[in-house]
Amino acid sequence: MRQIEAKIISETVERLCIEANYILEDALVTALKKALQVEESPAGKDVLTKLIENARVSKEEQYPACQDTGFTIAFLEIGQGVEVIGGDLYEAVNRGVAAGYKKGYLRASIVKDPFKRVNTGDNTPAVIHTKLVPGDGIKITIMAKGGGCENMSRSAMLIPVKGKQGVVDFVVDTVKRGAVNACPPVIVGVGVGGTFDECALISKKALLRPVGSPNPDHATAELEKELLEKINNLGIGPQGFGGRITALAVHVEKYPCHIASLPVAVNMDCHSHRVKTAIL
Amino acid sequence: MMEKNIVSEEIIHIKAPLDEKTVLSLRAGQLVLFDGIFYTARDASHKLLIELIEQGKPLPFDLQGQVIYYVGPTPARPGRVIGSAGPTTSSRMDSFMEPLLQRGLKGTIGKGNRSQEVIDLLKKYKAVHFSNIGGAAALIAKSIKKCEMVAFEDLGTEAIYRMEVKDFFAVVAYDTTGNDLYMEAIKRYGR
Repeated sequence: MRQIEAKIISETVERLCIEANYILEDALVTALKKALQVEESPAGKDVLTKLIENARVSKEEQYPACQDTGFTIAFLEIGQGVEVIGGDLYEAVNRGVAAGYKKGYLRASIVKDPFKRVNTGDNTPAVIHTKLVPGDGIKITIMAKGGGCENMSRSAMLIPVKGKQGVVDFVVDTVKRGAVNACPPVIVGVGVGGTFDECALISKKALLRPVGSPNPDHATAELEKELLEKINNLGIGPQGFGGRITALAVHVEKYPCHIASLPVAVNMDCHSHRVKTAIL
Repeated sequence: MMEKNIVSEEIIHIKAPLDEKTVLSLRAGQLVLFDGIFYTARDASHKLLIELIEQGKPLPFDLQGQVIYYVGPTPARPGRVIGSAGPTTSSRMDSFMEPLLQRGLKGTIGKGNRSQEVIDLLKKYKAVHFSNIGGAAALIAKSIKKCEMVAFEDLGTEAIYRMEVKDFFAVVAYDTTGNDLYMEAIKRYGR
């Protein structure tokens, strides 16, 4: 068994929280620049230009890319040959989040109780997803997920007869209703299949791929293209000011499902897409 | 209603608080640069403001002519005025609008669209809603020159702050005549 200290996990999470919020990934900045080439609306171009500049200012002048520094979501892929020592794994993650948000001057955006709504003050607790995998390492991915775009996410339990067209219609309709409030150009994570819970989870995991990288499965990649074209025909445009680019990318993930169902989930992500990974 | 581009290329300089003449002259799609004073408020502080109104108690600031910016900034680094400070989703504040407009609120700034009810209220009370760029929070921070706590300190980022801004960028999204930038955008670019 390889032993990994809880303290190392905390330190890694702390660093990833800060990096995610200050250094937008290259694939995203590239996608924004590509969008600027394609966009035909003057207002849309102006927004894209400002967003590219915003990414630079964020990184070089130490301002978080967005003031909504998100709900911290931690995806942990834990090797079966790993033993975490020196503390509780979940506590270690949350200690890292609290330290990262404090040291990084990031906003505390979590309330302890959905009804009483008192801020926890340090952005904890994180939402933590763990998966056991072969091997003896831990892969930690931190996503800082904005509330505005999360609010525009939606899922449905379609029936099998609805098929691919039913899924396409639901995804496009969800974007049509919500993208304007989700800080477009958005990145659309889509889950198809699984159960009610698994479908939502894979729609979020779809967002972890580098922005614009196609699903390795050819048919799924074709579906992503079809969805992106339909979404960009909506005309909502950057910030809803009109234009060709409403979404930078659509990422679809699938999972087997029950003979009775065709679940679909759309997890909307804003252009301020903040994901960072480290491997221990 | 608008000429060639739905968002104009010309930029108008305006002052906050807003005077009546300016409010009435603004049209959806116009680009503005604000100088002056904003008050910040978002979900939790709006709830408290409305509670004060319902209890007949005075508000922490006079709403007459004021502009409310829907924002919850990040903490300021040492030596800085503020952290990142982009807009939050405006429509969550829709149900709080009328009592504030009744007390003289003339402008709001946020991101995303608003309900037909708010569009009608803006016409009725002669007020304007502006949109700025969600997620351009680092850039926006640079146009905020001062920031001080006004009320509800224990709400943290959701407290009410008084901000002094210079060349603060925004677009008129809804004007006093019912024009709607977002609707025009879809009409123009939807296929």
